[in-house]
Amino acid sequence: MKNRSLKGAFGLATVTVLAFGAVSAMAETPPKKAELVVNEDTKLVTETTPKEGISNLEKAYDGWRFRSSETQAVQADDFDNPGMIFVDQALDQWNAVDGTEGKSCASCHGTPEESMKGVRASYPKWDDSMGKVATIEMEINNCRTNRMGAEAWKYTGGKMTAMNALITLQSRGMPVDVAIDGKAKPTWEHGKEMYYTRTGQLELSCASCHEQHYGDRIRAEILSQGQINGFPAYRLKNGKLNSIHARFKGCVRDTRAETYKPGSDDFVALELYVASRGNGLSVTGPSVRN
Amino acid sequence: MKRAMLGMAMIVAGSIAASAAEIAPEKVEFKDGAVEVSLTGVAGDPAAGRKVIGTKKLGNCVACHQITEMSDVPFHGEIGPSLDGVGSRYSEAELRGIIVDAKHTFEDTIMPSFYKTGPYIRPGKAFTGKAPDGPLPPLLTAQQVEDVVAYLMTQK
Ligand code: HEC
Ligand code: HEC
Ligand code: HEC
Repeated sequence: MKNRSLKGAFGLATVTVLAFGAVSAMAETPPKKAELVVNEDTKLVTETTPKEGISNLEKAYDGWRFRSSETQAVQADDFDNPGMIFVDQALDQWNAVDGTEGKSCASCHGTPEESMKGVRASYPKWDDSMGKVATIEMEINNCRTNRMGAEAWKYTGGKMTAMNALITLQSRGMPVDVAIDGKAKPTWEHGKEMYYTRTGQLELSCASCHEQHYGDRIRAEILSQGQINGFPAYRLKNGKLNSIHARFKGCVRDTRAETYKPGSDDFVALELYVASRGNGLSVTGPSVRN
Repeated sequence: MKRAMLGMAMIVAGSIAASAAEIAPEKVEFKDGAVEVSLTGVAGDPAAGRKVIGTKKLGNCVACHQITEMSDVPFHGEIGPSLDGVGSRYSEAELRGIIVDAKHTFEDTIMPSFYKTGPYIRPGKAFTGKAPDGPLPPLLTAQQVEDVVAYLMTQK
């Protein structure tokens, strides 16, 4: 037992061996075949074969694949997808002047269609000016505080998550393609270590549920692979768009662990790693979940 | 913080003193995953054990296991094997061992250890996501473990 904790806390190499060694004990169940075609014209990739060395997944699946056919249908039509209401609100915000510099997002970036295509597919990403791996939320707040003289938005707040959804939509259908090498590598490795570390009093890692048991029922829910290519996600449960870090926080809390803060270096690292597990899947956000 | 920890320590010490016969989590002896001796010396109550198994804030065993006898409790999971007939597959001592700390029986299992006090990585205060105020009590009390074992033994 003690041994395991030490591995989790200190040695990435040993953690990885441990995780990769557990392949035979897995009980994952692939989801039923289904095609996600949005608005009857945009076909999205919901399953792909990941590159080796990133995870133990033989196939990566979009979380949409694990949902009921009713929930799936809601996401397949933008008129039905309640997440789109928030995208509309974000478009107003995009054009609204805010802050001491008298600027809107549009003043510098033009339309989201022109300037934000492909952005979400490559994030989180190393940002030279910040000297670290940045998320879309960090970029937005960087523009707001340093370029507009406006107040930072709450990291997981409604305005932030809606703006992220607007930006995400511009990449819908493009393959997730986050870089895990170069300057991003140490951050990616930290995220990977976090993913396989069993935390909290229940001693569960992300992999315990999302890698070893996807497709299996845990109480009332079917476990997905915990992919983030569909975020922000509109949840029928809470009636709003949910950000990646808010979801992470809920999952860590459910292991009876002390969570990390949304926007913290730890969660940014975890986001980069989890994103890389879905490299090759389409960006599908804003998605619909229960 | 220090004061809180001290208070906690006193509560824990108090509860142990109250039932001198109880075996503390660190003192439990395993033999091939099994725990021969009752943790309390008091016979387990199957009805109480059933409650622990079906309650989210307690054992929440049904989150991961299906049990036909408990079909009145909604939503059984399928992460672990069905517990139907588990009382025939295992001895009482083996079941006690599995509930106290299943990692002695199933290496690296994802089943939580229910009668253990650590060490944990980033332990939290129940499901609040916050840091604990002091040392954490085990997930189940010694008597709750005995109650759960007693219930499982009825599943033949
Ligand atoms: C004063 C000009 C200015 C304003 C106003 C501004 N930005 Fe930016 N923004 C930039 C510059 C410059 C960059 C960095 C260079 C680049 O990638 O375009 C940037 C980068 C970004 C990025 C990262 C893009 C990438 O390709 O990596 C995002 C996302 C972003 N801004 C969103 C916003 C949002 C949302 C708003 C409004 C809330 C906004 N920006 C307002 C100038 C601005
Ligand atoms: C006890 C099991 C459990 C653990 C451990 C766990 N999760 Fe989850 N997670 C769930 C459940 C249940 C859901 C909701 C159903 C689903 O999508 O899997 C979920 C959903 C998610 C989602 C949303 C997926 C989607 O497509 O909507 C993400 C992302 C996620 N988890 C990430 C994580 C990460 C990262 C960790 C580790 C810090 C983690 N989870 C640990 C149970 C768990
Ligand atoms: C997070 C999921 C999880 C929870 C919660 C959980 N278990 Fe388990 N349990 C498992 C798994 C998985 C196994 C299979 C052992 C292995 O190979 O990892 C198992 C095995 C068992 C076995 C052995 C069954 C057999 O037929 O071999 C028993 C008995 C058992 N669990 C009882 C319980 C009880 C009682 C509780 C609640 C106090 C509980 N479990 C809570 C996941 C869980």
